Amino acid sequence: MIINHPLLGPRDASEFVHLGDATLLSRPDWQAVDAIAQFHEYLYQRDNPAGEYRELWYHEQGDRSWLIVTRNTITHEISAVELARDVARQEQLS
Amino acid sequence: MRYSALSIIKNGLTGNKGWKPVWREPDPKPKYDIVIVGGGGHGLATAHYLAKKYGVTNVAVLEKGWLGSGNIGRNTTIVRSNYLLDGNQPFYEHSMKLWEGLETDLNYNVMMSQRGILNLAHSDAQRDAFARRGNAMLMSGADAELLDADAVRNMVPFLNFDNARFPIQGGLLQRRAGTARHDAVAWGYARSADSHGVDIIQNCEVTGFTIKDGKCSGVETSRGTISANKVAVCVAGSSSVVMARAGMRLPIESHVLQAFVTEGLKPTIPGVVTFGAGHLYISQSDKGGLVFGGDIDGYNSYAQRGNMPVIEHVAEDMMALMPFLGRARLLRMWGGVMDMSMDGSPIIDKTPIDGLYFNGGWCYGGFKATPASGDAYAHLLATDRPHETATQYRLDRFAQGAMIDEKGAGSQPNLH
Ligand SMILES: Cc1cc2nc3c(=O)[nH]c(=O)nc-3n(C[C@H](O)[C@H](O)[C@H](O)COP(=O)(O)OP(=O)(O)OC[C@H]3O[C@@H](n4cnc5c(N)ncnc54)[C@H](O)[C@@H]3O)c2cc1C
Repeated sequence: MIINHPLLGPRDASEFVHLGDATLLSRPDWQAVDAIAQFHEYLYQRDNPAGEYRELWYHEQGDRSWLIVTRNTITHEISAVELARDVARQEQLS
Repeated sequence: MRYSALSIIKNGLTGNKGWKPVWREPDPKPKYDIVIVGGGGHGLATAHYLAKKYGVTNVAVLEKGWLGSGNIGRNTTIVRSNYLLDGNQPFYEHSMKLWEGLETDLNYNVMMSQRGILNLAHSDAQRDAFARRGNAMLMSGADAELLDADAVRNMVPFLNFDNARFPIQGGLLQRRAGTARHDAVAWGYARSADSHGVDIIQNCEVTGFTIKDGKCSGVETSRGTISANKVAVCVAGSSSVVMARAGMRLPIESHVLQAFVTEGLKPTIPGVVTFGAGHLYISQSDKGGLVFGGDIDGYNSYAQRGNMPVIEHVAEDMMALMPFLGRARLLRMWGGVMDMSMDGSPIIDKTPIDGLYFNGGWCYGGFKATPASGDAYAHLLATDRPHETATQYRLDRFAQGAMIDEKGAGSQPNLH
């Protein structure tokens, strides 16, 4: 798989480490009344879709940035790559 | 038909025309006591034990493809009971004992071959961890031997002992471990279940569940609706996809694991050998092919095929440990979809939906579990209580903080 890094261009997937579902970016509110249930969902439960999937990759052997890769888990085809910090900022603003 | 030496001679003398198909191909009935979803090793084993041990025979196994098309026909066939934690080890030792009697139980040759597994140690810390694990194995009634470097050298002299970075210091040996013929396991269980009246229905995909007021009373399939008092899902890599049809999310991610086989070679490797400092395990099949593999690719996948980085990694490990294999030619490679759980251990439990049961999360180690998983699942389905060796395989253990994390890697499936 080739991941098209937004800053560095196409890089081999072996330069990266895969963390998991991009929803891991949005931590639950620890002060919420149902924080325990929310953290259980956050830590352990996954949609694990067959098809389009947004996931976190870390460019460990490169510039050490976190990326959000949109990839099809049936074909391994990558349709979008974003810098995780851009996505996180946008989510904070909205 | 019972298989015996006599039946082989008789059929041999009459042109082998007397052999019959090993199971029937019935159409689904409108209703069963228990419907098992998934005709892999675990589904078929569950049907066998339900019928033979627990006397429940009004059972159907629904398989979306053909028997053996999933991981049961894709694995590297290693059978062992060398776990550490008490949630796991007694279960796997129960499985090992069932393996040891399986051919008699099924009247079918599954080519169970107890040629041993040797886990190599490359550091003091690893040797100490193996000593501890060996003690846990002995306490569960399994066998375990801690070998020093000389004993390992005696057994497998061809290893690269003096690798500058990862010298071999010793190993943990389980002599009763070994390999079995994976397809034969599926076929043997299918034949036995069928002979007890279980309907095995291939090309029948479960597309939904009949759920009303929190109770499941059947399944929707590509061959129509089928009612059941109990529905037992065991679809391995497809767990999340199938359970989503019942509105459930699972503590599971699907990952791809690859495996490789070389052309047939003369007998070289006596048992199963695992490299403790990298990701490589290897054995030799009865046909002579070296069967080997490494780690999962590390990203979510339903593709049943992997990518180059892991192939390179496995080849490099092989050259580090067994340089003499550098010229062996690769015959085939393939991938299977693993149901990686959040603590690396499986689940055999009821679900919050009445009448719906779940078995999954086997990661890359569910082949050896096939007999015990079938027995424990059948026990749960027949009695509504967990089998004594599977009490910790609960679906809610993540919410309860009762994880069974052999590696201590935390809730990240690609590290287990
Ligand atoms: C490359 C590789 C190497 C491995 N090596 C080992 C090893 O050495 N030792 C070991 O112990 N384990 C090993 N494993 C793991 C082991 O193979 C699996 O854990 C185990 O086979 C899973 O259980 P199963 O046999 O029931 O799965 P499967 O055979 O995958 O059965 C699940 C079945 O469910 C069916 N299904 C899916 N969706 C539906 C639906 N909607 N309706 C109806 N049916 C459906 C599938 O078609 C499939 O046949 C390995 C796996 C792989 C891929």
